[in-house]
Amino acid sequence: MISERARQRMRDLAARYPVARSAVMPALYIAQQEEGYITQEALQAVAEAIGMTVDDVESIATFYTMYYQQPPGKKVIKVCTSISCYLRNCDALVDHLEQRLGIKRGETTAEGNYTLMTTECLASCGTAPVLQVNNEFVENVTLEMADALVDEWDRELRVKAAEPKTEIRL
Amino acid sequence: MPELIITKDIDVPGLDTLDGYRQHGGYEALARALKEYQPDGLVEMVKKSGLRGRGGAGFPTGMKWGFLAKNDKTRYLCCNADESEPGTFKDRMIMEKNPHQLVEGVIITSYACRVSTAFIYVRGELALAGIQVERAVEEAYAAGYIGKNILGSGFDLDVIVHHGAGAYICGEESALMESLEGRRGYPRLKPPFPAAIGLYGGPTVINNCETLATIPAIVKNGAEWYTSFGTEKSTGTRIFCLSGHVKKPGNYELPLGTPLRTLIYDEQYGGGILGDRQLKAIIPGGSSTFILGADKVDTRLDFEAIAAAGSMLGSGGVIVMHEDTCIVGAVLRMVEFYRDESCGKCTPCREGTYWMTEILHRLEHGHAREGDIDLLMDICDNISGKSFCPLGDAATSAVTSSIKLFREEYEYHVREGRCMVGPGAVLAATH
Repeated sequence: MISERARQRMRDLAARYPVARSAVMPALYIAQQEEGYITQEALQAVAEAIGMTVDDVESIATFYTMYYQQPPGKKVIKVCTSISCYLRNCDALVDHLEQRLGIKRGETTAEGNYTLMTTECLASCGTAPVLQVNNEFVENVTLEMADALVDEWDRELRVKAAEPKTEIRL
Repeated sequence: MPELIITKDIDVPGLDTLDGYRQHGGYEALARALKEYQPDGLVEMVKKSGLRGRGGAGFPTGMKWGFLAKNDKTRYLCCNADESEPGTFKDRMIMEKNPHQLVEGVIITSYACRVSTAFIYVRGELALAGIQVERAVEEAYAAGYIGKNILGSGFDLDVIVHHGAGAYICGEESALMESLEGRRGYPRLKPPFPAAIGLYGGPTVINNCETLATIPAIVKNGAEWYTSFGTEKSTGTRIFCLSGHVKKPGNYELPLGTPLRTLIYDEQYGGGILGDRQLKAIIPGGSSTFILGADKVDTRLDFEAIAAAGSMLGSGGVIVMHEDTCIVGAVLRMVEFYRDESCGKCTPCREGTYWMTEILHRLEHGHAREGDIDLLMDICDNISGKSFCPLGDAATSAVTSSIKLFREEYEYHVREGRCMVGPGAVLAATH
């Protein structure tokens, strides 16, 4: 559900820009924070707040790759596969992560923990190969480091899963 | 080590805070600009400094400012911090480590160009950079450097930080404006140029992040001081992003005119080729620029010398490849990028990048057909200059230049169905 607070933030943004529809991208981010991905309700909430049609909002949401059309895993791993990382053997890193996580690039693990993606140049070519996990950089990644990272995330996700579930909305 | 300008204090802890930045002379240039200069005087100063855009095209910055249409429409400034050119990682560093320097540049430029609303368009993937720039803008508001009547000068400015959401094309200036206006990032036909009709229809100046971050130093020290660095026509310093097969990849700020050899081999910078192998090829300005052969390693890194050698200084992303690199494989990887990032508006770029990828893929994987190399050249000819924006042209740079330099490697792929060099060759030979 999109909270009233989120809707208000969208309306405030629409007022902040010289033209309301300029707020459509930040508003979509707010909706995605609430829902985890771009749902039908998210599109409607943005459309209402900005004063656009739902179709118009959807055309924006589907153009930019950082708006998810499907629910992503709890950890979204993006491995850069552009030229500088390619020269530093990023392909071996992607293969390794595919094996380790048991999914192909572009897929999400069945229990919803991990999404593995390849991505375009992440502006980290001097520290290649590089990956991002939930938008945080991990640089100069070796295969050993990748294994250690997955171990760490596994632990973190196990602890979280064991915690009592409480509804917390920011 | 030559004197640095943009990255001078970049590793000082706390430089990213307002206090830290002020302790190192931050916002002194802004105070001086507002107190001692009329806007036009600053435009003149930047013209005299010879500063040229650090985003890719290398257009003279002061001249760009001077082109703003003189009418009663609202003017805008857009800082292009949508850094995504493969091989380029300097703007991210500036934003993460010294965001106030960028913000100060934005404020001074807004004053010089009589702009009252400025936007900083930060690439969406660069989350930390976005946070740092947002915080710096907030601190600058609180300190009275942005807002109403800045430092008592009567100059008002509003700065909005806008986050991209994953689209290389938005680094193209007209697509960036479309994106800011809340639309898909489809480039506009030019002319009209942004200086005449830009964001929301107003005269608009669009400058790269590094360009704007250089402005405070020029205002503080003067145009003449700036021209004392670099060459006569390529003044100043710039950040070269060194990546690929070098021992010490990284960002190195050097005076323009420094030889490629120094950047790649000097112990202070690249430290030589990985594994002490032979140099094979250099891409001097991001993946959109023409590949140079190893024989060009003594070329000076300035706009004129690199152009004379057959490429462009572009975004400053210097990508180095050693002898074991299969050029077909590397070019395939670069063209895949343009296929994925083509916005799809213009047919030659959308379809051309797709077919180039298909053909390169079958070349690389041993299914090439007779005539594929010429077919690639033909497609390049059909893309180049036939789309709204330079993305299509950029996709052809690696293809045409690599075929020119390494045609025998392409022919080997057609004939033998495998790589001539590198792991692909070794692997195939043992089977």
